[in-house]
Amino acid sequence: MLAVIFSAKIVRLLQAFVLDVLLQRKILKESVLRWAMHMLIFWGFILLLFMHALGRIVTDALFSNYEPTLNPYFFLRDLFGLMVLAGVVVAVIRRFFLKIPRLMTSSMDKYAIGILAVIILSGFLLSGVKITSKTEFSDMAEEYAGWLSQEELRALESYWVSDQGLVSSDVTRPFAADVLDQGKQAHESYCAYCHAPAKSAFASYSTGKILSPAAGAMDRAGFVGILWYIHFLSCFIGLAYLPFSKMLHIFSTPITIMANAVMDEKKSKPENVATRQIIELDACTHCCTCSLYCSAMMGYEARQNTYILPSEKIAPLKALAAGRDLNEAETRAIVEGIYLCTNCDRCTVVCPSGINLRQLWLNARERLLQQGPAEPLVLSQLSFVRGLNRKKTPADIYPLPLEKADNAVSAKYRPLLDPDRSIDLTPPAGGQQPTSGFENTFSYCFGCQNCSTVCPVVGNYEDPQEQLGLLPHQIMCSLGLGLTETAMGAKMIWDCLTCYQCQEHCPQNVNVTDILYELKYMAVAGVDEGRQNHDQAGGLR
Amino acid sequence: MMRYSFFIGCQIPSRVPQYETAARAVLKNFGVELADIRQFNCCGYPMRNVDKKAFLLSSVKNLALSENQGLDMLVLCNCCFGALKNAEHIMAEKGPLQDEVLGKIREMGLNYQGKTRIRHYLSVLYHDTGIAAIKKQVHKTYKELNIAVQYGCHALRPSSVTQFDDPVAPSLFDELVAATGAKSVDWTNKLECCGAPLMGTNDALSADLFSRKREAAIKAEADFFCTSCPYCQIQFDTVQQMLVEDSAGQKALPSILFPQLLGLSMNIDPQTLGLGANKLDISKIESYLSKDKE
Ligand code: SF4
Ligand code: SF4
Ligand code: SF4
Ligand code: SF4
Repeated sequence: MLAVIFSAKIVRLLQAFVLDVLLQRKILKESVLRWAMHMLIFWGFILLLFMHALGRIVTDALFSNYEPTLNPYFFLRDLFGLMVLAGVVVAVIRRFFLKIPRLMTSSMDKYAIGILAVIILSGFLLSGVKITSKTEFSDMAEEYAGWLSQEELRALESYWVSDQGLVSSDVTRPFAADVLDQGKQAHESYCAYCHAPAKSAFASYSTGKILSPAAGAMDRAGFVGILWYIHFLSCFIGLAYLPFSKMLHIFSTPITIMANAVMDEKKSKPENVATRQIIELDACTHCCTCSLYCSAMMGYEARQNTYILPSEKIAPLKALAAGRDLNEAETRAIVEGIYLCTNCDRCTVVCPSGINLRQLWLNARERLLQQGPAEPLVLSQLSFVRGLNRKKTPADIYPLPLEKADNAVSAKYRPLLDPDRSIDLTPPAGGQQPTSGFENTFSYCFGCQNCSTVCPVVGNYEDPQEQLGLLPHQIMCSLGLGLTETAMGAKMIWDCLTCYQCQEHCPQNVNVTDILYELKYMAVAGVDEGRQNHDQAGGLR
Repeated sequence: MMRYSFFIGCQIPSRVPQYETAARAVLKNFGVELADIRQFNCCGYPMRNVDKKAFLLSSVKNLALSENQGLDMLVLCNCCFGALKNAEHIMAEKGPLQDEVLGKIREMGLNYQGKTRIRHYLSVLYHDTGIAAIKKQVHKTYKELNIAVQYGCHALRPSSVTQFDDPVAPSLFDELVAATGAKSVDWTNKLECCGAPLMGTNDALSADLFSRKREAAIKAEADFFCTSCPYCQIQFDTVQQMLVEDSAGQKALPSILFPQLLGLSMNIDPQTLGLGANKLDISKIESYLSKDKE
């Protein structure tokens, strides 16, 4: 332990704390507006917490002259409150008006913005109303200047009305200069030593001014008490619910940032990594930076599955980590979402909370693939990284997701490949045909077999037809005969490297590889359609 | 001054970062300026097998981003290059899918007209910089070094779309290698696929295809593979290392990225070129370098 403290790690730890936690440099790199928002809320909130909410404990211990109604504290409270409020306003503008693409707003985000707004606004209203309140004034006057004569009290009250924002129907403007003078003297003798001028709490003072036409009625109705309850309760609710809200990131994010600054994945104990990952799920502030830069974002645009966006995967993963079951449609969506990822690591690089998303995806992905429904995406080059990491998965279960996907996508057409089957040569009415533009070139094929001869996949096998079902030239021929479904069942279409040797060497300019692509699209579309029918028939719920 | 938007894709930053640093270092010496566009996303290649719309949207968005800055695009990865080129080709036709893609692109405040030229790293070096200019910057030449170049499918084919080089008898990569003094050997499987596209979907087949290539390269007495694509490089480096570990007695044929090979001969330091980041040790390559030319 000591060795750790005195090693270079402490430097890295401090550096991460100052630059990434206190100054949030990653957010600054993304957007100045966002950084300003976060800084305003973070610093405003922390300082309010220490100086105002915990003032008697923290500030008292640090500054012997602490008195909340004296400057600079009186002024600072308003300043900090205003900082948070300004940050909240920026947050609202960003989330609800700026229409930043892929910045998703969840109910948690609305709650966080809402509770902060209620705490701060009720605070300002409370102190604004307090400034105008005759009852408050009378109580204070009685306690601190009870021995003054009736006339002197009048003068004091006049002075407070004219200079300190008090609203009272007992004294009437205009005030004579000597009365104000007398009031000022009384103020300086009895009030000023522990009450800074109300104007220095500039925001509360302005609030009071705005409210002053209604101040009398509010005072009689006991608004000071009501607002105090609202303010206190909202603080209390915010605090009590904090562990379950995204505000928990006040704690979990610094831990994550600092742990990731010094932890070495390869040398750490697996249980430590696992603990950190659970904390990490809570460290996500749903800021959506990851989704703004996600390489697979166009996959989201094409498929409109929000779980493709990294920021949106956190919530379902959290639910799964908590042992909650997702319904069939959600499970399917999260499996697709977590697999439609190019493993580019960009999300991990940009996450201001320093979450190691890359590791999170890798760990969750395999489990979901194994337990979830068939996912056609595993038949694509998105599987490259899974292949690279195959040694991390037990060899007996590694192929299962691939087999599941193959079964869902192509296996149903496979019986059509049976050589003993009599072939129906009348093209199915309205049957599927790859028709999109230049891919529709199979009809030029005259069966020279060049494509199959140059195909390295065909060349790899002694018994290619057994392995691949149909060879490229046979696929072109089947399409010519209208046997599209038969072609969709050929394993060849999924074992194609997309190396374009066949297409390059076809004397008839048949776009062999492009046609194989189209067959893959049709086979996958069959799965999607089947699922839609299943869902519509009430298979879900 | 040549200026391009720099497209590095997904695999390079996460798995072959030395390709980027080496490529940048080399281009800097030739006065090629690179603009980084942070909004670039995946080229669409990995989704192309299963979702044409996702593939096209991904590619076209990148092209539109570059086009809107009035820049041609310089691409390091063969598969990105192929995907972008194919997308451009598909978008040149009219159709409902094309319309849908254009609509989405417009919604993002971008405009796509197909004006950006998509250039492969090797093409820029060969055509824009030129062999003569490269030779001038080569301060040390390799002596008796045999290189097996890996062209890679998605740069070469379909040639009508990629227009990279002669698909049957390409020479661009060989000439670039020869400019460093190394010898580009002839080998039987030179123009074939590295096997990477099936990695993860049919690992055995993928490994077979690679092993065949290695046998051919060794037979042609190559000392190193040389690649210009992160997928080929991962297959020849990371995957080969896995395969060698699994089967005792196999001899590895390490692979060097072209900008690493060229960079060393240009006296760029090995650290910048990230020689140490390769999985299989390639430090031996420095022993083939001659003394500085006077
Ligand atoms: S690693 Fe996956 S989730 Fe993260 S940015 Fe890249 S594609 Fe998106
Ligand atoms: S994972 Fe990181 S970048 Fe993404 S939303 Fe959460 S905190 Fe923001
Ligand atoms: S593109 Fe596919 S079918 Fe054509 S030669 Fe290559 S592997 Fe064979
Ligand atoms: S090479 Fe062309 S013409 Fe010959 S069999 Fe293949 S698709 Fe048909």
